Amino acid sequence: MAVTGLNATDSPGPGVAVIRALRETPDFDLRIVGLSYEALEPGIYLRELVDRTYQLPYPSAGTAALLERLRYIREQEDVAVLIPNFDAELYNFIKLAPQLRALGMHTFLPTLAQLDARDKLNLPAFGAAHGLHVPASRPLHHAAELATAAETLGWPLVLKGRYYDAAVVHSLAQAEQAFLRLSGLWGVPLIAQQFVAGQEINIAGLGDGHGRALSVVPMRKLTITDKGKAWAGITLADEALLALARRFAEATQWRGGFELEIMRSASGELFIMEINPRFPAWIYLTAAAGQNQPAALLRLALGLPVTMMEEYAVGKMFVRYAWDLITDHTQFQQVAALGEL
Amino acid sequence: MKLKKNIATSESGFIFNPATGDSFAANPLAADILARAKEGLNPAAIKADILARYDVAPGQLEKDWDDLLAQLRDFNLLD
Repeated sequence: MAVTGLNATDSPGPGVAVIRALRETPDFDLRIVGLSYEALEPGIYLRELVDRTYQLPYPSAGTAALLERLRYIREQEDVAVLIPNFDAELYNFIKLAPQLRALGMHTFLPTLAQLDARDKLNLPAFGAAHGLHVPASRPLHHAAELATAAETLGWPLVLKGRYYDAAVVHSLAQAEQAFLRLSGLWGVPLIAQQFVAGQEINIAGLGDGHGRALSVVPMRKLTITDKGKAWAGITLADEALLALARRFAEATQWRGGFELEIMRSASGELFIMEINPRFPAWIYLTAAAGQNQPAALLRLALGLPVTMMEEYAVGKMFVRYAWDLITDHTQFQQVAALGEL
Repeated sequence: MKLKKNIATSESGFIFNPATGDSFAANPLAADILARAKEGLNPAAIKADILARYDVAPGQLEKDWDDLLAQLRDFNLLD
């Protein structure tokens, strides 16, 4: 099988965690192919997890370039299932799903309509349509729109990049600075979102595409990095969180992995801050807690039955760490020059 | 004083709320009180036991008891 998102950095992609979970399934003896975009993605060099890695063209190269590369990879490797893990690449993979299937490569992804509906830009309409609490937000195409956005949404304000990154700003000067940084990195529009104070909780789930969440595991962030990424977390037992994720899967008929980013206000209200259309980087915690979501997705992609997972260990924690992986320049050169290792 | 049903306490005084992920460290006496409360002992019985075992005036105990309840409520540990 093949997995993207090998950038296990301080703002990690989920690929390495997905592979770690897949390695623990007793159902299959897997050969795992990594798919990378950069030659220094750490997962490429984690040879005990990743058997071989191939570089992919950037999503901006389009579906034709991606298909050509995947066709080549399929000639080298017996890839039966492909798990993409980046928001920005999902559009291309979803578009190509029928062609990939014809090549014998199965995916289990949301539809384009589902992908679009939960987009940050469409989140308010999504919340209204499904009766889910989401903070008010509006798109920003120019820095000149910041003052009006702040008038409507109040201070502090959350500015978000289209796919990644965010900043909480408390004044117009801070907002203008953050606008320049975020738009420079991710383009426009940015999203200005109402700030909601509270406890940050994330929920990892797996939708079967027919309205059922086969697995739901909530996690509270215990420490976060300066980019807001969880660096430690703990599984929670809270029926309201489970119910919210099940309602999301039912309302959207979600197909595949998802992550709900939740803020629980002091009064206990649950706001959906963001919906990620893929597994999160902390997905291995679901396997450690007893619900191996990547392994279940693998079965779904192959058309195998998956039973509803109810129980998981509460109070199971992860603490992320940094590790200097040692490799050789010859390996790096092979990835950089030939796009394969 | 009624602790939430799912609150986990340990002999070492560690308190864990699985609904929120919050954890707290209680001193030995507070841990003892919470353990007894979890066993279903009523406040009057717990207080009587404390008065018998410790050199504390009833008025001071009431004040400290109220402080403890306020903290537990603040930490979202009580029903």
